[in-house]
Amino acid sequence: MNLTLKVWRQRNPSEKGGFKTYKISGISADMSFLEMLDVLNEDLSDKGEDPVHFDHDCREGICGMCSLYINGQPHGPHQTTTCQLHMRSFKDGDTITIEPWRANAFPIVKDLVVDRSSFDRIIQSGGYVSVNTGGVPDANEIPIPKVIADESFDAATCIGCGACVAACKNASAMLFVSAKISQLALLPQGKVEKRERAEKMVAQMDKEGFGACTNTGACSAECPKEIKLSNIARMNREYFSASLSTENV
Amino acid sequence: MSWVFKTLNSTLGKKLLMALTGLFLILFLVVHLAGNLQLLIPDGGKSFNIYAETMASNPLIRIVGIVNFGFIALHAIYSAILTRYNKKSRPVGYAVTKSSANSTWSSRNMGILGSLILIFILIHLRGFWYEFKFGEMPYVTYDGVTYKDGFAIVSAAFGNIIYVIFYVFSMAVLAFHLSHGFSSAFQTLGVNHKKYTPFIQKLGIGFAIIVPALFALIPIVMFLQSN
Ligand code: HEM
Ligand code: SF4
Ligand code: FES
Repeated sequence: MNLTLKVWRQRNPSEKGGFKTYKISGISADMSFLEMLDVLNEDLSDKGEDPVHFDHDCREGICGMCSLYINGQPHGPHQTTTCQLHMRSFKDGDTITIEPWRANAFPIVKDLVVDRSSFDRIIQSGGYVSVNTGGVPDANEIPIPKVIADESFDAATCIGCGACVAACKNASAMLFVSAKISQLALLPQGKVEKRERAEKMVAQMDKEGFGACTNTGACSAECPKEIKLSNIARMNREYFSASLSTENV
Repeated sequence: MSWVFKTLNSTLGKKLLMALTGLFLILFLVVHLAGNLQLLIPDGGKSFNIYAETMASNPLIRIVGIVNFGFIALHAIYSAILTRYNKKSRPVGYAVTKSSANSTWSSRNMGILGSLILIFILIHLRGFWYEFKFGEMPYVTYDGVTYKDGFAIVSAAFGNIIYVIFYVFSMAVLAFHLSHGFSSAFQTLGVNHKKYTPFIQKLGIGFAIIVPALFALIPIVMFLQSN
């Protein structure tokens, strides 16, 4: 396959940046999108140019590091991570526009790499259980209905990639934060602190400068882990009831 | 009390105010429609005029009316605050976006739709509410009792094709606003359930079609009658 790539290049956080166009040839349909970028970067290195910086780690859809806004959608045309996106999703001769995640709370580090540590700070503000709850309990020692366990597990599959923020017209982090709040609030170990947790994590989310929720559903439609909008509704319930019932005046 | 302000000032709290005021406005639309439909009763406006007088003289309805104005203002002010805040959350936009792949047009354009509705409300208030209350009104007498002839004002306005087109267009805008807003308000309030959400979504679409359509029907019928 021969492709034209329009890639966002920006040397540092303060530089203005702009698109650069690259022609690339000999791409196999079986390559992943990141492998295609590896080919581009080898070309660039051979020519003595600075390779395109982009985030990646596991390359098997579990770490959440890979990002990229491809042809107007986070992680490209399918509901998957960029490392799991394959070049067979594109046609010979296509022009592909590659942009970084755009959000006030995700400042650009270099090229396509953004700083997602705002997510880490939200987790640090309350996305944990404060005490050591011991090892894995014996089966059925703590009875938890299967539906609840499944619901919590589904929320826990969020890999913190930030596609929800990238997709949202408001750059809102509601889906991520609600997944983390839900995953803990549903299980006995996390339930104890759920009210304080909701208050603290929402406050930190706002402090980081993520937008509000218009319930467009773009986040969930683009989330590679299919995190459901019902988590956002749960976060709203948890937050409002926490606000009415905690002792934080 | 600072916790109340803190909560209402959060991104979630601001949306809570949008949802509560929006739902109140939805209820108001139903009451307003029930009144307006009496314009279509072929009795020369008698039912409508008596109804309008009864509403205007009932102190409870007058309080609800004032609350309604307050809520429209609150809804519009918070809409401006949220829209600006949300824009600021992405100072640099994308060169290419394919948002139609993940969300509906209405949901992405609530601010524009709402602003058009606001313009309609202001013109509508000037033309009817202000005239009824402070304007030089004609009077009619039914069974020895004198009433303001609001019906005459309305039929005069709806004899104007430009006004009818503007009215019908505004109802279409309202339909799109509600096609997202109705179910969105429930999600904001935290109501999302396997059993009820599909029903709420269908109800929302039904409401968004039927209520604005009935509102729009009135000027169309009255225009045709006047010619
Ligand atoms: C009869 C008139 C109106 C009704 C029934 C109505 C109803 C609603 C409802 C139910 C919502 C959903 C709230 C939520 O998502 O939780 C909403 C959202 C919204 N409304 Fe209205 N509205 C009306 C007029 C207006 C006006 C006059 C404006 C603006 C000037 C406006 C601007 C907005 C905006 C921007 C949103 C989305 C806010 C967001 O989620 O970011 N609306 N409306
Ligand atoms: S909710 Fe989905 S899109 Fe958002 S960070 Fe988690 S996995 Fe990524
Ligand atoms: S590189 Fe780990 S999810 Fe894509």
